[in-house]
Amino acid sequence: MTDAATDTILAVQHLTMRFGGLVAVDDVSFNAKRGAITALIGPNGAGKTTVFNCITGFYKPTVGMLKLMHADGSVYLLERLFDFRINKFARVARTFQNIRLFQGMTALENLMVAQHNPLMRASGMTVLGLFGYSGFASAEQAAKDKARYWLDRIGLLERADDPAGSLPYGAQRRLEVARAMCADPVLLCLDEPAAGLNARESAELNELLLFIRTQHAVSILLIEHDMSVVMEISDHIVVLDYGVKIADGAPQAVRDDPKVVGAYLGVADEEIETAEAEAGL
Amino acid sequence: MSVLSTPSSKARFDLVSALKRALLAALVAFGLFSLMIGVRTHTGSNGALFLEGRPGLLAIMVGIVFVSTLARELILGERQIELRSLVPPALTAPLQILPKLAAPALLVFALIVPIIFYQNRYMLDLGIMILTYVMLGWGLNIVVGLAGLLDLGYVAFYAVGAYSYALLAEHFGFSFWICLPLAGILASFWGIILGFPVLRLRGDYLAIVTMAFGEIIRLVLLNFQTLTHGPDGISGIPRPSFFGLPFNNEPGGFAHTFGLHYSFTHRIVFLYYLILVLALVTNFVTIRLRRLPIGRAWEALREDEIACRSLGINTTNTKLTAFAMGAMFAGFAGSFFATRQGFISPESFTFTESAMVLAIVVLGGMGSQIGVAVAAAVMLGGFELFREFATFRMLVFGLAMVLIMIWRPRGLVATRTPSVFLRSPKEVDAEDVRRARAKSWSWRRARHD
Repeated sequence: MTDAATDTILAVQHLTMRFGGLVAVDDVSFNAKRGAITALIGPNGAGKTTVFNCITGFYKPTVGMLKLMHADGSVYLLERLFDFRINKFARVARTFQNIRLFQGMTALENLMVAQHNPLMRASGMTVLGLFGYSGFASAEQAAKDKARYWLDRIGLLERADDPAGSLPYGAQRRLEVARAMCADPVLLCLDEPAAGLNARESAELNELLLFIRTQHAVSILLIEHDMSVVMEISDHIVVLDYGVKIADGAPQAVRDDPKVVGAYLGVADEEIETAEAEAGL
Repeated sequence: MSVLSTPSSKARFDLVSALKRALLAALVAFGLFSLMIGVRTHTGSNGALFLEGRPGLLAIMVGIVFVSTLARELILGERQIELRSLVPPALTAPLQILPKLAAPALLVFALIVPIIFYQNRYMLDLGIMILTYVMLGWGLNIVVGLAGLLDLGYVAFYAVGAYSYALLAEHFGFSFWICLPLAGILASFWGIILGFPVLRLRGDYLAIVTMAFGEIIRLVLLNFQTLTHGPDGISGIPRPSFFGLPFNNEPGGFAHTFGLHYSFTHRIVFLYYLILVLALVTNFVTIRLRRLPIGRAWEALREDEIACRSLGINTTNTKLTAFAMGAMFAGFAGSFFATRQGFISPESFTFTESAMVLAIVVLGGMGSQIGVAVAAAVMLGGFELFREFATFRMLVFGLAMVLIMIWRPRGLVATRTPSVFLRSPKEVDAEDVRRARAKSWSWRRARHD
């Protein structure tokens, strides 16, 4: 494997997703670098969440290859894994645009559920755990310590035993990120993590994401509308519009790209006239 | 002048609206009671039925509704009473200890019931019946309360358990103690069979399919004459023995071996303790499971299935284990039912039974063990208590249910104890979570606007 390949954690190649006659994502290819924060941006309805759902196993892509490469060299083809296997084997974790916490369960329990698979193994598929196997108790303690670490990190240690649904909105956002981190991912996919946050909460979130990237060597792929977040923390930006990739590059380059500006702000009338004249209309 | 006139006009307006409401309530009461209380059928001397009007009684009932509604409207008006505020502050602290004492107190009471009511066959039978439903409720609590899968065909597994024991005993002569685990395994097997087709369904759709499944099992039992004897049922099901010692008046029987005078009650008391142990095993296993990853996965599944999948939880297996575990306990209860009755027929496994068990779980508070036990005692005990009311039994019972659902919409015990905690296990009130959630969302909306 070449250096360029090991440097990439996720290679999206010719991804196409059709819903009946609607082409939500059309032949999109991009790479996400290992240990970097890659942002996926675009106007509403550009197909960002569809790309996300394909990567995280909620949709099966119509065409395309999604190659995930772990640091140890093992390769997972995400379009062939499906559903919970993406998280369990390929170790891709995600958050949701509209927060999906287990609202009635406590913050701590939310983080424990995220460690389901290792705990399940430790409990001997429940059987040993039912009879009070000591190995399970230590595994559970380890899981609790990990949860405590993340609760401390997101500043919710005091509220560990409170139901997740009763936490303030910003805390719920952070808790969802922590929950995804407890699943021990190599790639963390965040669907609009800053939506609905105020400036201070947004800054806290930025700090958390940078911490995750530098201290835990987890690569991050995020969808975001909040440009202050995107420009400040991302290393690489991919822009989608109407299901097609229109730009791909460093934040500064993307910001100045006329196509991107056009997609977000619209283009001048003269340009449309020139284009129409060229097309012979 | 205007200052003085305002309150009086307001009072008059209140009186008018209160009268209006009271009249409306009386009208509804009249509609409801006119057939139930207003007329009564009698058999004449020649055998023909004739109707007897009871306008006086009807008038009294409607009058009571009118006066009480009027009084309520005038005294309370639009104000709501907080039930908690009615409790004097001095009593609040002792009342908070009560829930903690409830479980041990109930357990001790359940243990000494056969001693208190040794001479009272009726009470013992009622106790056995209540405990059977407690066990069924705890079993269904795994499926409905923890995993959040609305199962309206739970009685099917109860039937599978009962018929497993009856048929295995009839054809192979297996004893109760061998059949008990077999019945549990067979029932959980059927639980998985039901689980597969309904994996993608949730809520109402799941309820309909499981209800149909319950009916299918009953109809198969009814029509598979060669195996199940159809509507005739299976009789002569062997009674349980005391670990090999039969309950009879012969040498080698239970009474002779222990040097007791033979009494029919020995078997009843044994059955009572048997179902108590079975129910406690169900409870113990459920409590253990809740603290294991599988139990947390069940609860997470109830809260949000999509989030579960994103966290690498195999939702298929998780649902199937919930169905299988719930069905297994129903299977145990079913084989107990068969050995207690000595006779089973499809009649015993109608939809009403499923509805009854589900009502117990919902009334008790989904996911709460103690709540389910109390609800089973209240429901079945209530049924017996209201026996005197004869035809009004269902009316009174329905009224009681409506009142409980008004006061405690999330069941008798709406709190949830977290399965794991860092500091102290705080009881979490489901109602508080809902309120906090609503607040957080409206706050978010306001910010967006």
